[in-house]
Amino acid sequence: MVIIITVMGFAYSMPNLLSVDAQNALRNAVPSWLPNKTINLGLDLRGGAHLLYGIDIDVVFEERSDLMVQDARSSLREERIGYSRIGTLDKGMRVVLRDQSDAEEARKILRNLGQNMQVSSPDDGRTLEARLSEAEVTEIVDQTIQQSIEIVRRRVDELGTTEPSIARQGDDRLLLQVPGANAEDLKRIVGTTAKLTFHLLYEGAGMGGKTLPLVDEPGVDLSVERRAMITGEMLETASPSFGQSGEAVVSFRLNGQGAKRFCDVSSDNVGKRFAIVLDNEIISAPVLREPICGGSGQISGGFDVQTANDLALLLRAGALPAPLNVMEERTVGPSLGADSIEAGQIASLIALALVLVFMGVSYGLFGLMANVALVVNVALIFAVLSVLQATLTLPGIAGIVLTMGMAVDANVLIFERIREELAAGRTPISAIDAGYSRAMATIIDSNLTTLIAAIILFSFGTGPIKGFAVTLGVGIMTSFFSAIMVTRVLVVSWLRKTKPSRVPI
Amino acid sequence: MRGLQIIPDDININVMGLRYVAYVISAIIIIGSLALLGTRGLNFGIDFSGGTVIEIKTPEVPDLTVLRRDLNALGVGGISIQEFGAPDDLLIRLPQQAAGPEAEKEAIQKVRDYLDSSFTGEGNESLVDYRRTEYVGPQVGEELQTQGMYAVLFSLLGILGYIWVRFEWQFGVAAVLALAHDAIATLGLFALTQMEFNLSTVAAVLMIAGYSINDTVIIFDRIRETLRKYKKMPLIELFNVSVNNTLGRTIMTSFTTLLALIALYVFGGEVIRGFVYALIFGIVIGTYSSIFVAAPILSLFNIRRDVLKVNDKYPEDNGDDESETDGQKA
Repeated sequence: MVIIITVMGFAYSMPNLLSVDAQNALRNAVPSWLPNKTINLGLDLRGGAHLLYGIDIDVVFEERSDLMVQDARSSLREERIGYSRIGTLDKGMRVVLRDQSDAEEARKILRNLGQNMQVSSPDDGRTLEARLSEAEVTEIVDQTIQQSIEIVRRRVDELGTTEPSIARQGDDRLLLQVPGANAEDLKRIVGTTAKLTFHLLYEGAGMGGKTLPLVDEPGVDLSVERRAMITGEMLETASPSFGQSGEAVVSFRLNGQGAKRFCDVSSDNVGKRFAIVLDNEIISAPVLREPICGGSGQISGGFDVQTANDLALLLRAGALPAPLNVMEERTVGPSLGADSIEAGQIASLIALALVLVFMGVSYGLFGLMANVALVVNVALIFAVLSVLQATLTLPGIAGIVLTMGMAVDANVLIFERIREELAAGRTPISAIDAGYSRAMATIIDSNLTTLIAAIILFSFGTGPIKGFAVTLGVGIMTSFFSAIMVTRVLVVSWLRKTKPSRVPI
Repeated sequence: MRGLQIIPDDININVMGLRYVAYVISAIIIIGSLALLGTRGLNFGIDFSGGTVIEIKTPEVPDLTVLRRDLNALGVGGISIQEFGAPDDLLIRLPQQAAGPEAEKEAIQKVRDYLDSSFTGEGNESLVDYRRTEYVGPQVGEELQTQGMYAVLFSLLGILGYIWVRFEWQFGVAAVLALAHDAIATLGLFALTQMEFNLSTVAAVLMIAGYSINDTVIIFDRIRETLRKYKKMPLIELFNVSVNNTLGRTIMTSFTTLLALIALYVFGGEVIRGFVYALIFGIVIGTYSSIFVAAPILSLFNIRRDVLKVNDKYPEDNGDDESETDGQKA
């Protein structure tokens, strides 16, 4: 049985030695239960970007509160319920009624602002507060994150990268890992919310408008209507192109609903200005010279070619529901990745050589058997890592080297024990037997303590450390197998063949 | 073919006799380490203190003084520049920007702009090779601190639990003290050398803990076995015998592990050099503590009666009726 496992070990680790083309050919040609997988290289060996984004979910709730206030305002007006004050709260809104007897009606209206709205009154019913329910809050958070993941994925795909990995982390974070990518490009594309809206300018005073800064003229603000007439969702497609004077612009086409809306609004407001707002900044505020009913147009805002390209990409992929902030970045350039792999390979081979020589010199024939076991051990480690598709990082390579040093420990224990038993006067066979059985308990003890450390490291470590813990853990288990079983097989067969009277150890 | 016996079979170093010397040495190590930790403190890497680290390779060897002066004049806080393995390979570290993530982004951009403009090629393109960029925001920095502490805490508990189960309590105390000794010494090393103390260092410390316990457990196993075999031998002598018996294995294993690690240190590249350095030191001190700290501490307890009392718990004692000899292996 030992032989089978050993052979399998070599077989499953073998694909790692082939070139990339051979690997692909192998993968296609061979059924999946045969060895065809290679080790997953971590970002610190492959090069790539690791970006942890935090989602600013508060923005989403603020917008929701805004919407609640707007809806409440129009509903209350319809029912002719007067109010002296209305405004937003954290995840909710508050309204102060003029007439206390309207409270019942008002409550009904407020309750309809969401699913299971919690409506309460801090005083006796004149002031009403409506808040989102726990369930709805969780739902909004989940939805926002899902959407964000989807949009980030679309954007990253547009950049044309290999196998990006986008995953939720904890409550409100996103982990983006893209091998072989340029982190600067990624950050530029992913970091922009890209919320595009068109607003008519707001002429009155009061609640209907909000002021936003003009990108081209710092310090100048314009007042726009709160409600957007066109939003990014109504965009069917966008592409970079060049305007009449040769400047870089973004051409867009609206979908059916958007086109109709634009047609209606522009027809009603000919001669007025409207603002094109991107992420709460006005990038341009052209005049509606004529009704636009073709559903397409151009956005110009003093872009350079790169910016126009980026913006078109972002508009196509969609706006992020909430801004993303980089909380942690670990990016490795390709040159360092390649250097690390090379250094790791050289160091491992030299370490292996040193240990092999030392063991051979110290324990003679038995040392050689231990060496065979060590080589099998290394092959097994690679095999297990390949099959599990575990990620190999630079500390992971250190883990393998450490395992090499410690793997011989079990053998050393057994051999020293055998030496003792021989010195105590046992016959060769019984000395070897006693050596193995007596050392067993100690081997288990020592391996278990290191395994505990590895497990703790795995649960609390981040990327590269996790890689270290994984190789260490795998290494301990494979070394247990190879140091004991493999050498035992070798020793037993040697005994059978030679039937020695002395043990050269 | 015989093997070379580096550690002879009948070695008999009076380890226990040296224990008073060892007490003094260990005391110096511990006091020294604690003093260093209190005064110089640890050089926390960005994993714990937040901030940014950029590793670059420049097309020619740069003038560090000019670079330092210019970068510090950018107004993003105290920037530290270090050589990283080669004169044209630099590690630039920016402190955490108090004003928040936006300020952080700007700071990094300023530094990059300056670097790009300082090393340009013919087409005005930047010749700077950005090998690595690491940024840890304040929130994540705090979380990593907590995670690190939990990791250490749980490891200690796990190891303690294991010793509790496998051995009598006196062994546990001795083992934990030896472990604490190693951990403090390693931290002291970092305070002394001011090497960067980050997550991988914590991982190294945990590894050292595991390895040190490993060593200690093996010696304890042997002590326990010898206690049962030679019921009348004086305690100190018995400990000496046990330690000497296992000396072969302890030295050999430590040596092979060190061989592998030294290869890694020399050839493994600059990135993991700090990590491996910690491991090497840890193995040396772990071996030292298992022999000269754990065993002597254990000898301070009256361990004999507790071990002999629970004889039947441990079936690997094969029941050989060994009568006492005069302390040496027969």
